[in-house]
Amino acid sequence: MSNEYKELARQGLWKNNPGLVQLLGLCPLLAVTSTVTNALGLGLATLLVLIGSNITVSAIRQWVPKEIRIPIFVMIIAAFVTCVQLLMNAFTYGIYQSLGLFLPLIVTNCAIIGRAEAYASKNPVKQAGFDGLMMGTGFALVLLALGAIREVLGQGTLFDGANLLLGEWAAGLRVEVYNLDSQFLLAILPPGAFIAMGFLIAIKNVIDSKIAQAQPQPEEQNIERVRVNFDAQ
Amino acid sequence: MRIAIKKNSKILALFAIACTAVVGLVNEFTKGHIQNQQQQHLLTILHSIIEPQRLNNNLANDCRLVTDPLLGSSEPQTVYLARFDGEPVAAAISTTAPDGYNGNIQLIVAVNADGSVSGVRQLKHNETPGLGDKIEIRKSDWITSFNGKVIRDEKDSRWAVTKDNGMFDQFTGATITPRAVVKAVKQTVTYFKQHQQALFALEGSSNSGSCRDEGQSLSKNQNSDTSGEES
Repeated sequence: MSNEYKELARQGLWKNNPGLVQLLGLCPLLAVTSTVTNALGLGLATLLVLIGSNITVSAIRQWVPKEIRIPIFVMIIAAFVTCVQLLMNAFTYGIYQSLGLFLPLIVTNCAIIGRAEAYASKNPVKQAGFDGLMMGTGFALVLLALGAIREVLGQGTLFDGANLLLGEWAAGLRVEVYNLDSQFLLAILPPGAFIAMGFLIAIKNVIDSKIAQAQPQPEEQNIERVRVNFDAQ
Repeated sequence: MRIAIKKNSKILALFAIACTAVVGLVNEFTKGHIQNQQQQHLLTILHSIIEPQRLNNNLANDCRLVTDPLLGSSEPQTVYLARFDGEPVAAAISTTAPDGYNGNIQLIVAVNADGSVSGVRQLKHNETPGLGDKIEIRKSDWITSFNGKVIRDEKDSRWAVTKDNGMFDQFTGATITPRAVVKAVKQTVTYFKQHQQALFALEGSSNSGSCRDEGQSLSKNQNSDTSGEES
């Protein structure tokens, strides 16, 4: 039992990370990570939606006929995204504004429907919820790393505007790493996101190969990639 | 086959109803909060361009919807009227600069009753980050250079960027954005001067919270009854 959860955590956070390995949901990943605050906002929203949709999909899996499961999953995910969007609009207005279109676009994040299809629809509620938590956390961590890199390089700050998301106390979180007369444009614009993302993936691969070398008998490579398969199996 | 279709469509309909119900409930629960937030946000912006101590009416509710080519868009724009004991103090007019580097720039321009600019803020734009986005107050205080400026006459050549021999700086690497903003502010002030009487004439609006469309009395081509609220 505990082994299962450990494996789920390892898959979500590292081995099968939605951002770094599955490369799912790249559009919001690259678009909103210009600051740590935005990244955190989108990461939390995605995490909430992923947990909610995983639990719901898992809870109703007996009643969903195979042929129409995809539209039902999409509906559930869309409902969750809309709820999260309304809640953020009501309680974190500033971050809602700066995320803009990318909040409703969580619906199209294939990482979410991917988990619903590949895991939640086949496993009990508890595991599905935990899987959502781990996958969501993995995704949010990649967002945060990318946001931190781009914010430091581009603006020379960290947690700029954190008070929009976390309330007034967070205004003190802002760190001025160094002062720039003009911003480093490349890091702020989307190409910078692509480049930083490439480096992140490269670093992960280097670490993976180091680990593989350190072990005399490397584990068999068993990276399960998620495919949303529309054919009946 | 037909039975399967029937059954599946029933299930699908049930899920649709359930999902819609959930969204409806959450909407009901958050509606008040969202309206509050938007109002608050709007007031913050309005108070940053017209000092709150200069007026004593309910600024966010004393508003009109107007449509005019000078305001850069065929959509109705909102005008918020600031009064002190019923006397006109200033008006905050939302406007669009249609010729930004990357699409429309939405601005709100506050003009004092004497025709000088009280303050300008951008509401929404798609200008290049790091170059054109210096029109945002949190990036640069350039936008405050409009404060107190007046238009002398129709062909006031000072209302241009330095590059065009005007009095407003452009940004390094971005001239189009400030040019568009300067032009939009100038047009808005011109509009205000032309329509000042009519705007303030409609005394004491109701506190319904939504803006009345005064399109008929203030402009030729009113074209919609949307609550054109841009916040």
